[in-house]
Amino acid sequence: MKSVLGDPKAIALLLGPALLVYTLVMLVPIFWSLGLTFFTGNVLQGFEFNGIANFEKLVNDKAVHDAFWFTVNYAIIVTIGQVVFGYGLALLYHFVLRKSSVVVRTLVFFPVVLPTVAISLLYQKLFQSAPNDGLVNELLFNVGVTPIDWLGAGGTAFIVVIIMDIWRSVGFYGVLIFSGLLDIPDDIVESARIDGARSWSLFRYIILPMSLPILFASLIFSINGTIKVFDSVFALTGGGPGSSTTPLTLYMYRTAFQFSDYGYGSTIALLLTIMSLLVTLVIFQQSRRDNTK
Amino acid sequence: MTTAPRRLRRPILTSLAVAGAGAMLLSACAGGGGATTEPESFLFTKNAENTTTEPVLQALVDGVCADANAALPLEINSIPQAEIDAQMQLLASQGGLPPMFSAGGNPAEGAKLVDAGVVLDLDEAMTELGVRDKVAEGAVSTIKKLYGGEFSFLPFQYNIEGIFYNTAIFEENGWAVPTTWDELLTVAGEAQAAGYTPFAASGEQGWPLTRLVSGYLFRSLGGDALQKVADGEAKLTDPEYVAAAQAIADLGAAGYFGDNVASLDYDSASNEFLTGNAVMIYMGSWLLGNINGEGNEIGADNVGFFKFPAVEGGAGSIDAYPSNVGLPATFGSQTYTEDVAEWLKCIGEGYGNAALEQGQITGFVADVEVELPAISQTIADEISTSTDSVLWFEALFPAKASSVSSTNAALLVTGQLSAEEFMALVQDAIDNP
Repeated sequence: MKSVLGDPKAIALLLGPALLVYTLVMLVPIFWSLGLTFFTGNVLQGFEFNGIANFEKLVNDKAVHDAFWFTVNYAIIVTIGQVVFGYGLALLYHFVLRKSSVVVRTLVFFPVVLPTVAISLLYQKLFQSAPNDGLVNELLFNVGVTPIDWLGAGGTAFIVVIIMDIWRSVGFYGVLIFSGLLDIPDDIVESARIDGARSWSLFRYIILPMSLPILFASLIFSINGTIKVFDSVFALTGGGPGSSTTPLTLYMYRTAFQFSDYGYGSTIALLLTIMSLLVTLVIFQQSRRDNTK
Repeated sequence: MTTAPRRLRRPILTSLAVAGAGAMLLSACAGGGGATTEPESFLFTKNAENTTTEPVLQALVDGVCADANAALPLEINSIPQAEIDAQMQLLASQGGLPPMFSAGGNPAEGAKLVDAGVVLDLDEAMTELGVRDKVAEGAVSTIKKLYGGEFSFLPFQYNIEGIFYNTAIFEENGWAVPTTWDELLTVAGEAQAAGYTPFAASGEQGWPLTRLVSGYLFRSLGGDALQKVADGEAKLTDPEYVAAAQAIADLGAAGYFGDNVASLDYDSASNEFLTGNAVMIYMGSWLLGNINGEGNEIGADNVGFFKFPAVEGGAGSIDAYPSNVGLPATFGSQTYTEDVAEWLKCIGEGYGNAALEQGQITGFVADVEVELPAISQTIADEISTSTDSVLWFEALFPAKASSVSSTNAALLVTGQLSAEEFMALVQDAIDNP
């Protein structure tokens, strides 16, 4: 085996196809898009070199600032929500429901396999306020609270987006973290119990430290997905009202394809890439530590 | 293990060959073609919101287009209106435009297709086929005004816009048809007091609200108010322009659009009017389909139509109608084969009559006698006697300003944006397209 992996030709053969496909479908478009940041125009009308004008525009564009902060807020809140609620579910599966958790796991996991657009339509109906009140407003009305036009104002639309995205993905994180909890050896838990650890101290000193690696993996999964959010917001609010729920991805899409400026669209994409890169670097930095210590 | 390197040599060559072929395949996909390609069907890509064109085309398939359909069968594909411009531009850049397709919501984007030479010059093609005189000149001039001065789009619709009102409720309460903005406000106030929603409007769509802003502008500043903005001679942030946005914001502040206007969608807004909850709705004559349809609970006889009222001391005439050709359709120049030309010919010959038989008014000449429902006849008369026309708020704006305007309109009428802020946002999008 050693001699095969020591042979440059074998390495080329093993890596070659994957590298080639990766280059064609990832690296070429990435560098292509990077090149486009110095141009303005679109595929139909052609491109025109405009130096660093796109970057100047990026710095001064209020829409980009708004989209940036929306993306950051969204990513932080949804990531925390997904991991915290997912962890809660996993603990519930493992320590409370135990063997009978299969049914609950399946039910909670169900939204994960539903198409995003279907979920968005469902939430539009749930939080509907016109022409008829949806379920949520009906409930509010029945407990004496004035119904709210949820999707008609930025703040409340943001809340609906957050609730929806946590709801639809929490089942996945529940199962992911549950699989991590299964790896905690029973004898450690048992001996901690014998040593007198009760529920809180057992959780604080045994379960939590031992589930940190899987929590960390969940965090990486989650932030990777949320920072690039597109489909759920697009289908639920279309970025509105106004531009109050427009993430960078949606603004990038609109700029490139609806406002037909591929150059500026690519510049926004570059900003998104840098954001993702920074997050990745921070995560990798952190992951070098041994979390169980 | 020593023989391994020799064995591996051939697979490397094979994988290189496969990769090379893959690269060639990719580059072949990316390249566009200049030559005419033979389409497999007469594919018409239209906006999903358009429900009026398909039944007319089906009627043509059973009539004058039977032969054309036998040679090249009609196929219809619907995509959301908001996606059309982007999709068609992408397809155009790849040489993959369908034989016939609708324009998107932004005339400026449609004009780009004309500039790029990827759509058919209908003036020339229809003259050649002897059906150029089947398109009404009024519609042609509107198309030229919108799409960069060329007649490159077919007016499958021809609409005028104004305010539809519930005549029964008006009569019951003794309200006269308002001719000035103040009279309109008085009626709206009384309607609200009587427990009705004065105006139905879809804030989710946005454009039904910005239409009111442009309606006000055309009355207060004259028919060229928005042309001046497009030409850079005036700014939307000028006080007289902001006043128009303020007038519409005031309607919202008074609650005249009802609760939750921001999330009301197009169909629900129409239904508010057609079920008698709302007294008035600003809309184009395409609403006739719904008014004459089965969903109309107030009855077609109880629907009237009046012009956008005058603004006191304003420079604009009340007779200038906002007019448009809906989302007109055009032909891809690269798929314009003889079979497709047959389609263009029979559409030219038959569309006007077939549409009128279904109660639709189009930009095609119709010469059949059809008894129209009263409200349709009213509109048809208004169209034939109108002497002056104007466009709509976003008609001359670039795509970004158009999008900013319609997505923020709901915020204007719900007080989340002030009139100044709204106009500044749109002006900024015009300045930085």
